[in-house]
Amino acid sequence: MADPSRTASSADSAQLGALADADHCHEALALPGGHVGWLVDALRRMVLIRAAEELIGDQVSQGKVRCPCHLAIGQEAAAVGVALHLRSGDRAFGAHRSHAHYLAMGGSPHRLMAEVQGKYTGASRGMGGSMHLMDLEHGLYGTVPIVGATIPVAVGAGLAAKLDKKGGAAVSFFGDGATEEGVFHESMNLAATLKAPVLFVCENNLFSSHLHITLRQPADSVSRYAEAHRVPWRRVDGNDVVEVAGAAEEALEHLRAGNGPWFLELVTYRWRGHVGPREDEDVGVKRKDDLARWKGRDPIRRLVDALMDEGRLNEAELEAIWAAARADVSKAWDQAAKDPYPPPEALLRSVFTDGA
Amino acid sequence: MTSYGIAIRQGFGYLMTRYPNVFTIGQGLWSPWYVGNSMTDLDREFGRERVIDTPVSEAGCTGAALGAALCGYRPVVIHPRVDFMLLAVDQIVTQAAKWRSMFGGQVAVPLTVRGIINRGGEQGAQHSQALHSWFAHVPGLRVVMPATARDARDLLIASVLSDDPVLYIDDRWLYGLDEDIGSPGERELYKEGPRLVREGGDLTLVGAGYSAHLCREAAEQLAADGVMCDVVDLRVLNPLDLDVAVRSVGRTGRLLVVDGDWGCCGLAGEVIAGVTESLEPGMLRTRPVRITLPAAPAPTSGPLERLYYPTVEDVVRRALGMLSIQQETG
Repeated sequence: MADPSRTASSADSAQLGALADADHCHEALALPGGHVGWLVDALRRMVLIRAAEELIGDQVSQGKVRCPCHLAIGQEAAAVGVALHLRSGDRAFGAHRSHAHYLAMGGSPHRLMAEVQGKYTGASRGMGGSMHLMDLEHGLYGTVPIVGATIPVAVGAGLAAKLDKKGGAAVSFFGDGATEEGVFHESMNLAATLKAPVLFVCENNLFSSHLHITLRQPADSVSRYAEAHRVPWRRVDGNDVVEVAGAAEEALEHLRAGNGPWFLELVTYRWRGHVGPREDEDVGVKRKDDLARWKGRDPIRRLVDALMDEGRLNEAELEAIWAAARADVSKAWDQAAKDPYPPPEALLRSVFTDGA
Repeated sequence: MTSYGIAIRQGFGYLMTRYPNVFTIGQGLWSPWYVGNSMTDLDREFGRERVIDTPVSEAGCTGAALGAALCGYRPVVIHPRVDFMLLAVDQIVTQAAKWRSMFGGQVAVPLTVRGIINRGGEQGAQHSQALHSWFAHVPGLRVVMPATARDARDLLIASVLSDDPVLYIDDRWLYGLDEDIGSPGERELYKEGPRLVREGGDLTLVGAGYSAHLCREAAEQLAADGVMCDVVDLRVLNPLDLDVAVRSVGRTGRLLVVDGDWGCCGLAGEVIAGVTESLEPGMLRTRPVRITLPAAPAPTSGPLERLYYPTVEDVVRRALGMLSIQQETG
């Protein structure tokens, strides 16, 4: 088990330093020794997410999707790295930008495509749209767009796991903007006080809507909040799936052993705008300058380079991975497009259980 | 005889003994006085893992209770005053009430939020609010207001055993109310609704919670003057079923609604509108009347506070006015 004091003191919890610098971390990932088959699986998952988000973005541009879609292109490694270490019985919660969490945890592309089209076959039976996804079978217990709203809900899932005494964990995915909400601090304090097994995962993509973190907070690293709440923390390059997976493994081991919550700060960058397919180069300071350089920190390309350097992947295999992902999401889209919308009675049917 | 406060305590005892997945979380639960006598020694009886006293974090604790409700538990989150509960409105209104419908019926949300109306005693504007009408406005949130000791216990049990999120609002002014409440019973909350708790024929009085109590007391006094009232205790404000009130007013032709909340867009107006919509024109023998709080925050100063809250005498006076009976003075 990790020594919390080591992780807390190993870096300045308030400063991202080079992690926030768009010119750093462009090189191929450093692969761990031993079996790396899991990294090819991780690559497949990340490519699937990228392909799905690109397709959804295109459909938004063409007016085929009307609900607000917040795309996670560029942030695939964060979702995939954490999901790699989740088990059956763990429960995760997300936010407005959660297509990646849904797919990383094993959600069906067809049900995602159906949901963004408002179809009855969707992940939320056409009642949620892009911002409200649920996949109980794979442990995704809900994503919602009210900023910070699922953080305490995840603490409750952690409390349930603690009462269950089966080694289960709760995961809360949120962005850096959510750390500005009061309920985030209430939740961290509550989880720490109750020693609830909650993994707080902040994907710090440096932006909340159009505002860069330097315009919203006096320091750019949100790990300082974990230190204030006496929650052990670790901060890694969120575009490095090896680092993310390692940090998640360490954190989950700590939680499952009954040692209370853990905080992960995954530093990343979103390539598209806050909402929709545009790149939003016209909003916010730094964005126009930084975006091209951040694309050099592409989590997929860096993993591919590493696998190829080590001879674990060749061009043909990579092409096959992309072709399979594109075929999957495109088939999922076409199938969903033919699916029915919810019937009129769906409007009232699930407001209450009525004892059902 | 059992008091309303003790009846609530009995409800918790019943639930926690029989249902291991029931737990309570909120501020003051390890204190001997925070919630009156309604949860005394619950922590000693059931352990502090199931009776959780918390940091001052209304939104956090309510969200945590929601999360546990999604994961197999039946939590009751306690807000010792409605005013402070408002810090958790996102979790109650925008989360708990929406999750079932918004996710296509895939989850049930067996969460009970208990908000206590705790006013009077010169506590003023921020320790006195009721606001049940706000919450009753929201689809997906059941709102329950017990007016009697038996309901305080049995509607608590029904709320916690309901698979829907429930806002259970009890009133400290009722805690001393004594009655013979028999043994606890399990009722299906979705089948519970307003009750005709007294039959008269001259006039229909309608209220919920403490206001229903005022209606009963007023009806008692009016009977001494020869005026016989129907009294409807609403009990459940959302979904609001007005059939009992409509049938009653259909007989009496007169409707007086009492509500310990503000008038604008409130419960009293909703009852009058709903009843009026359901009756044929001309069936009302007098204009309907509502008695609500003045449109001002609760005052602290004693004399102003005595003006502020509706009393039994106010109800009696307005009722007699509706019947054109001059009240004797002195």
